[in-house]
Amino acid sequence: MHEMGIAEQLAQIAIDSIPADIENPKVEIVNLRIGKMAAIVEHSLTFCFEIIVKDTPLEGARLEIDFVPVMVHCTGCDNEWEVEGPVFQCPNCKEGKVEMLSGREIQITSIELV
Amino acid sequence: MEINIQKNVLEANETEADRNRKYFNENNVFVLNMMSSPGSGKTETLCKTLTKLAPKIRVGVLVGDICTTNDADRLAVTGAKVLQINTDQFGGDCHLAAHVVEKYALELGCEDLDLLIVENIGNLVCPAEFDIGEDAKAVMLSVTEGEDKPLKYPVIFQVADIAILNKIDLLPYLDFDAGLAVENMKKVHPQIPVFEIAAKTEEGLEPWIQWLKEKVAQKIGRK
Ligand SMILES: Nc1nc2c(ncn2[C@@H]2O[C@H](COP(=O)(O)OP(=O)(O)OP(=O)(O)O)[C@@H](O)[C@H]2O)c(=O)[nH]1
Ligand SMILES: [Mg+2]
Ligand SMILES: [Zn+2]
Repeated sequence: MHEMGIAEQLAQIAIDSIPADIENPKVEIVNLRIGKMAAIVEHSLTFCFEIIVKDTPLEGARLEIDFVPVMVHCTGCDNEWEVEGPVFQCPNCKEGKVEMLSGREIQITSIELV
Repeated sequence: MEINIQKNVLEANETEADRNRKYFNENNVFVLNMMSSPGSGKTETLCKTLTKLAPKIRVGVLVGDICTTNDADRLAVTGAKVLQINTDQFGGDCHLAAHVVEKYALELGCEDLDLLIVENIGNLVCPAEFDIGEDAKAVMLSVTEGEDKPLKYPVIFQVADIAILNKIDLLPYLDFDAGLAVENMKKVHPQIPVFEIAAKTEEGLEPWIQWLKEKVAQKIGRK
């Protein structure tokens, strides 16, 4: 739903990162890190990205997504674990305040030029 | 050739949210971002709440509504300063981005406000992803929706500071299990305070109003 906006930002950052001295640059792969709890639907992102990058050096580029696990930390008992479902209760002390360490990032890590 | 980037794709929104935060802090205005599915009762809750805050607390409301001004008209009678947000075309119809909030907050003017409430677009996914520079996020669920909503949309319940369960006046007529809904919210966010209310009958409004008053007092430092 908001993937169009994300795709636009993504394309902008990627284009701005292409060194100015390259003639007719063509990007083959855009590498991303996306948290499993970031609200991103992969096929909508790909779909929006393809529309946005028409007639730019990104046209035809592939999105390679590395999905980041949701890691959390309990401030009550210092427990650290990976959350796989929607349950954020600390399995150890049951009541500690839980903070997220990773799993919500939407990052562009690199681009690969042909 | 690989070019290393390492950038947050939402960086632009976050920079704009920080600018909003600075503006809100300079004006000592407490900002609440209210999120829910369409029709959970955000506007109704605000209508009933704001009349009880005025005139002691000066309130402003930015209401994101895709195509009507109905919500703004309903809210204007409470005495709050209200501005309708017309979302922009791209990626703006499912959430309010920080730059949109900035534009309208400046137009509304926060200099003479103690509390600014942003009624986000009715959606349980996208608004959770976009920081607008608020002090707190509230998520609302109504009893006509389904007890499992928190488990289906964990992000929004995880990032929210408080949850409101609305329309409890309808409980006798439904087989909605309020206890289970609250339990599911706490599975996703163990410490989240939950206010059970019926905006329509004003049942249970007091603790939520008290929470708001405390937050506003803390922000303006009158405490
Ligand atoms: N029975 C009952 N109905 C309610 C209550 N609160 C709101 N409603 C009704 O629910 C409908 C939607 O309420 P709104 O306040 O417009 O909901 P909203 O969340 O602002 O909706 P959007 O802005 O469209 O996302 C209206 O018909 C309200 O009268 C309540 O506590 N009990
Ligand atoms: Mg509304
Ligand atoms: Zn613990």
